[in-house]
Amino acid sequence: MLEVKNICYEIVEDGKKKKILDNISLDIKDKELVIITGPNGSGKSTLAKILMGILSPTSGSIIYNGQDITKLDITKRAQLGFSFAFQQPTTFKGISVKDLIDLASGKKNSVSSACNYLSKVGLCAREYIDRDVDSKLSGGELKRIELALLLAKNGDLNICDEPEAGIDLWSFDALVKLFTEENKTFIVISHQKRLIEIANRVIIMRRGKIDMIGEYKKVASHLENQICDRLEDYQDE
Amino acid sequence: MNEIERKLLEEISSLHDVPQAGVYNIRKNGKLLARGVDSEVNIVSKRDKDGIDIIVKKGIKGKSIHIPVIVSEEGYKDKVYNDFYIGDNSEILIVAGCGVHNNSGFITGHNGIHTFHIGDNCKVRYVEKHIGIGKKTSKKVLDPVTVIEIGKNSKLEMETTQIGGVTSSKRVTTAKVGENSNLIIKESLLTENKDKVRTVFNVDLVGENSKVEVISRSVAKDNSHQDFVSNVKGKSKCFGHVECDGILSGRAVIASTPKIIAQNKDAILVHEAAIGKISEAQQQKLMTLGLTKEEAEQTIISGFLK
Ligand SMILES: Nc1ncnc2c1ncn2[C@@H]1O[C@H](COP(=O)(O)OP(=O)(O)OP(=O)(O)O)[C@@H](O)[C@H]1O
Ligand SMILES: [Mg+2]
Repeated sequence: MLEVKNICYEIVEDGKKKKILDNISLDIKDKELVIITGPNGSGKSTLAKILMGILSPTSGSIIYNGQDITKLDITKRAQLGFSFAFQQPTTFKGISVKDLIDLASGKKNSVSSACNYLSKVGLCAREYIDRDVDSKLSGGELKRIELALLLAKNGDLNICDEPEAGIDLWSFDALVKLFTEENKTFIVISHQKRLIEIANRVIIMRRGKIDMIGEYKKVASHLENQICDRLEDYQDE
Repeated sequence: MNEIERKLLEEISSLHDVPQAGVYNIRKNGKLLARGVDSEVNIVSKRDKDGIDIIVKKGIKGKSIHIPVIVSEEGYKDKVYNDFYIGDNSEILIVAGCGVHNNSGFITGHNGIHTFHIGDNCKVRYVEKHIGIGKKTSKKVLDPVTVIEIGKNSKLEMETTQIGGVTSSKRVTTAKVGENSNLIIKESLLTENKDKVRTVFNVDLVGENSKVEVISRSVAKDNSHQDFVSNVKGKSKCFGHVECDGILSGRAVIASTPKIIAQNKDAILVHEAAIGKISEAQQQKLMTLGLTKEEAEQTIISGFLK
């Protein structure tokens, strides 16, 4: 479904080039649940944004269902079936939850069908539907609305950046259900063992590179080791 | 009324035509077009100058009053004095506004001086919409002056919008707020092309526990120019909050000048202003939902000005 070929992403900081992503290649299959994990700053969000077209890679290419989409902008990718849930959801002024659900699904929803999306992510729908998506909402509420939009958009390829962050334990099951029962392709960035365990494949990133990729069973021991390495890195600094 | 005048009327007052019933006063090109009154609200023409007195008796609840103004005669500059007398214990909605149409090379406009005398224990919502239509280069000028005096334990909510087409505007609101009373002003402005608008709020918080909240949302596009001035005086134990939020694009300019003067140690006055270009994060989010960049911008702006 999605082929990522030799993606590099460089920025210039204080006159010096800095490589954020270093030659990333991947192959995501239809209906697969892939979890990307790895230490803070390893480049996970950057990679996700490149997949969605929010950032453009310095080199490399992205092929979606046989079509080269490297040069396509966010809108075009969204129209092709990409959906994206941000690590830090943005807020608006004067735009309600219902407005965003309508925009995401591309039609005017009845209140009950709009509420459906919210209920699925564990929000008591009627309390939220008319609220503005502004900074009065809590971090966890915003994260869930972000996921409700993903459902409303009903895309074929869903990219979620740390969807579990700030979401309470009670809603965790709903989250697991979402990734396993929607019958869509999911690329999910997560640090949560419970999500990593249910993935078809796990990608471990480290310093802008793919450190390891494979089924949970295969990468499990590596993950543990990586945590130890991290501690050593820490001591080196 | 012709097609254009009907459109103006609908835009500013949501009325499709001259109403069959209710309390209203429709003014067109400086003349009275239609008026409706009842036993609770009277409207009388002034004798000494052009304008009307709107008199709401005491204890009138749940009433709405429409007083739209239309200027469609090219080159006509209308000036009118409207005085509102709101009796104690009344709860009413007033819908005012002015629509100007101009295709000519002459300045066409309206200058409305509205004075509110609000009694005690009142709840008043005042909605005012200003629009200009016609040729881009034709001058449409609207200079509203609002004078407000609020008694005790009352609340006035004023929503004023000027969304496009008005080429030049000077808006001055002056208010005196009494004991335990609350003034809320929400202003939305959109300027385009070479439009110029200057908006000034002078609010005196006179009574104990008086409150004012000014929320100004503005969008300035192209080569337009906006000047926001607020001047809030706290003369007793009171609370004042002024918020000026602006979105800029093209070569537009927005200036925000706050002045808050606390004349009492128990006065709390706050001014917040933020001006900047449209948020990239907001735009990107909407694009991930399938909107184009332009659609995203339009959605953000119309929400912001809502
Ligand atoms: N615009 C930028 N300017 C400078 N550095 C940047 C920029 N964008 C990303 N980086 C750096 O790139 C690296 C990767 O960032 P990224 O956000 O992709 O990490 P991440 O793996 O998602 O981390 P986390 O787990 O904390 O979310 C970090 O070191 C970050 O500081
Ligand atoms: Mg991240």
